[in-house]
Amino acid sequence: MVIYGVALLAFCTIAGLYVGDLLGIAIGVQANVGGVGFGMLLVILGSTWLMRREGITPATAQGIGFWNAIYIPIVVAVAAQQNVAGALSGGAVAILAGALAVVACAALVPAIDRLSRRRPAAEARPERAPVAS
Amino acid sequence: MRAFIDVIERNNLLAGFAVIGAIVWLSYLISNRLTRGRVHGSAIAIFVGLVLAWIGGVVTGGERGLADLPVFGGVALLGGAMLRDFAVIATAYGVDIAEIKKAGVSGTVSLLVGVVGSFIVGGAIGWIFGYRDPVSITTLGAGANTFIVGPITGAAIGASSELIALSIAAGLTKSILVMTATPFAARVIGLDNPQTAMVFGGLMGTTSGVSGGLAATDPKLVPYGAMTATFYTGLGCLLCPSVLFLAVRALLG
Repeated sequence: MVIYGVALLAFCTIAGLYVGDLLGIAIGVQANVGGVGFGMLLVILGSTWLMRREGITPATAQGIGFWNAIYIPIVVAVAAQQNVAGALSGGAVAILAGALAVVACAALVPAIDRLSRRRPAAEARPERAPVAS
Repeated sequence: MRAFIDVIERNNLLAGFAVIGAIVWLSYLISNRLTRGRVHGSAIAIFVGLVLAWIGGVVTGGERGLADLPVFGGVALLGGAMLRDFAVIATAYGVDIAEIKKAGVSGTVSLLVGVVGSFIVGGAIGWIFGYRDPVSITTLGAGANTFIVGPITGAAIGASSELIALSIAAGLTKSILVMTATPFAARVIGLDNPQTAMVFGGLMGTTSGVSGGLAATDPKLVPYGAMTATFYTGLGCLLCPSVLFLAVRALLG
């Protein structure tokens, strides 16, 4: 049922954010430390476990799939309510940070590529394996 | 007219869906017609969102962009912390642990180097521009990851909306640049095989940028690049507000 998927997501989100808050308190910072990341880990572990145990029905997957698909529109909504007028005064920092990150990482592609080429086992990938989705 | 505005304000979340839907529709139209798909519709939509936030800020003099106009209260709800975290976490579904293993050593190394490297670059630029507090440096560093990691990290560690907007703009710059420049850089960095595409995806991380850029380079490479790139935002959301934030705090005292 669709609600199972949504409920699973809701549980993982709340549990992840709770862990993030607890971690923040433990370290003594006024922050949610990695909560969303923990939530994502829970979704991966939870869905893999369910898949092995009794399988996830298409309807259940739909409940998750909707929110998965709606995330770019939600990011648009996030963007639409930021203090852009205020940020524009320092806009160069954003453009430079983004652009230089790209340049630096692109320069590293050949190096890391070579690093893995010494291990032939890591090569010769098959076509993208059928994912259970 | 009064009655219409009443209905909209009473059903603000639905109005938010309609407004964002219209923005996305318009953006994909621009993407297809004006850039022939070269710049991904999602990147244009986020840019339009930022422009509307700017207009909202100028019109009302407020700090919450479009959301300062009561008619657009639904946009605030839709892009608020609760649904934002919920939707981002939903993207983790379908990630198979077996797939993580398949990405192999090079994929893992490229992901770690990509997240930490971009974070350092973004944070260093922030430092050069005069930001000194750990929250600002971390948020900017996270923004240099992707336009999702920036706001998630900023919100988690209590950054100002201004900084979050900057971090989104940084991530957006990255996404658009990867999308448009990849075909030109491909030969220089040897990007012509699946293995390199996976390394590329892990280093760049912006899924929309990587899939758009690889599609323009060689469509056969898209799934390989996207496979590693999909782990990037999750890894960034995990590392930036935790280990990396603490590292910045320790460094700045």
